[in-house]
Amino acid sequence: MNIPKDLLYTSEHEWIRVDGDQVYLGITDYAQHHLGDIVFVELPELDTEVVTGDSIAVVESVKAVSSVYSPVSGMVVENNEELDDSPELLNEDPYTNHIAVINISNPDELEDLMSPTAYEAFCAEQE
Amino acid sequence: MSLKQTPLYEMHQKYGGKIIDFGGWALPVQFAGIIKEHHMVRQKAGLFDVSHMGEISIKGPRALEFTRYLGTNDVKQLQDKQIIYTLMCYPDGGVVDDLLVYKFSSENIFLVVNAANLDKDFAWIKEHAFPGVEVENLSDRYAQLAVQGPEAERILQKIADTDLGSIKFFWFNPQVKIAGVECLVSRTGYTGEDGFEIYVNPDKASYIWEEILEAGGEDIAPIGLGARDTLRFEAKLPLYGQELDKDITPLEAGLGYFVKLQDDDFIGKEALVKQKQANPQRVLVEFEMVGKGIPRPHYEVEKDGVNIGWVTTGAHSPTLNRAIGLALIKREFNLPGEEIDIIIRNKTIKARIARGIFYSKNTKSK
Repeated sequence: MNIPKDLLYTSEHEWIRVDGDQVYLGITDYAQHHLGDIVFVELPELDTEVVTGDSIAVVESVKAVSSVYSPVSGMVVENNEELDDSPELLNEDPYTNHIAVINISNPDELEDLMSPTAYEAFCAEQE
Repeated sequence: MSLKQTPLYEMHQKYGGKIIDFGGWALPVQFAGIIKEHHMVRQKAGLFDVSHMGEISIKGPRALEFTRYLGTNDVKQLQDKQIIYTLMCYPDGGVVDDLLVYKFSSENIFLVVNAANLDKDFAWIKEHAFPGVEVENLSDRYAQLAVQGPEAERILQKIADTDLGSIKFFWFNPQVKIAGVECLVSRTGYTGEDGFEIYVNPDKASYIWEEILEAGGEDIAPIGLGARDTLRFEAKLPLYGQELDKDITPLEAGLGYFVKLQDDDFIGKEALVKQKQANPQRVLVEFEMVGKGIPRPHYEVEKDGVNIGWVTTGAHSPTLNRAIGLALIKREFNLPGEEIDIIIRNKTIKARIARGIFYSKNTKSK
């Protein structure tokens, strides 16, 4: 299981890369592995206001439909349109292929996210 | 409740199967990945464990006559060692189950039914059995493996003592030795490809599994239930619980070919005769997505904001590489080329009714 050290994580198996007041959001290696072959990603619409816990995207594998929840509040400023034609990128390299970029309104929320070490322990418990 | 294991459970673990609860059975949903496995079966060959399927024997002087009474299709036209697809119906025409009928002789019939329906089917058959007919559940006595794909015959022939070319589509041979083990082999399957289903003593199942994989080498791989579903769906083969159900008749599901309404009586005949005369009010249609999204079973279908039915099965088709589906809709809306709406997560997504877009089967029919 690949868990990069420079990212933050959620219990919903999402990763977050902080870049100033923006965060990149994607799904983890654990998530893509458990979903299996991903065949569709419903991306969030641009300029949507989101609050923590909102379902902002949907990732569908052959057998499963899974929501992606925003771990932060803010505005969706980018969505990765490459996933429209190539949803399998999330299987191939889940960490270089983000789903969305969110301009965060409350940086304090980042405190609630898991460190790589904490996430690794969390995944181990799930098995 | 602990899950039931098939005789091949150890093989699933050995080959890295991802085990899930499938109607109370511990079975692999995938090995190398559903899409990869799907392509393997379409292009070369795949090996499936389908031991969860139920087997029921019907014996006695009136066995064939009783089997005709149980189902919609005319089993009386069968020759010995021939197989037919049929449906057992309730008196109202709804479906108890769809099944294969193997005729050993007029006095010895073997039924293969859906795993999830086995108990219900067995009770139903016993309840209606003619006097003197013996009904027995043989499911624990058989493991069942399927070898499917264009390379299936070539691979299986390597370890078979019988010329498999002599077994035509929907025929069987009850005495084929596979790697020295006596098996019943039929030219049947649930993938839309040529191939065989093998019934064998559970104690020998793992041995046969390994021998088949070895005979096939790079040209065969173990296949899980995920690809089994995408393969059957793409070939437009119905699945009980989705295209068929107690509330859906075979005529509505587009299976009129398997419903023989002349001559003999069978359970549900009266209702089906009436429905055929009046034309079923609902029909199963093919559709393709126009907007973005994947149709899934039970999603609602609308036309101009009004519900006209639901999706029975929908998926991303690995072979066609696009999202397609089957829907049971009101007859008057069955207009190929017309747009309909699929309701996906409370949004209306455009789709188009179509005809003939599904995968053309490569079975060796007739």
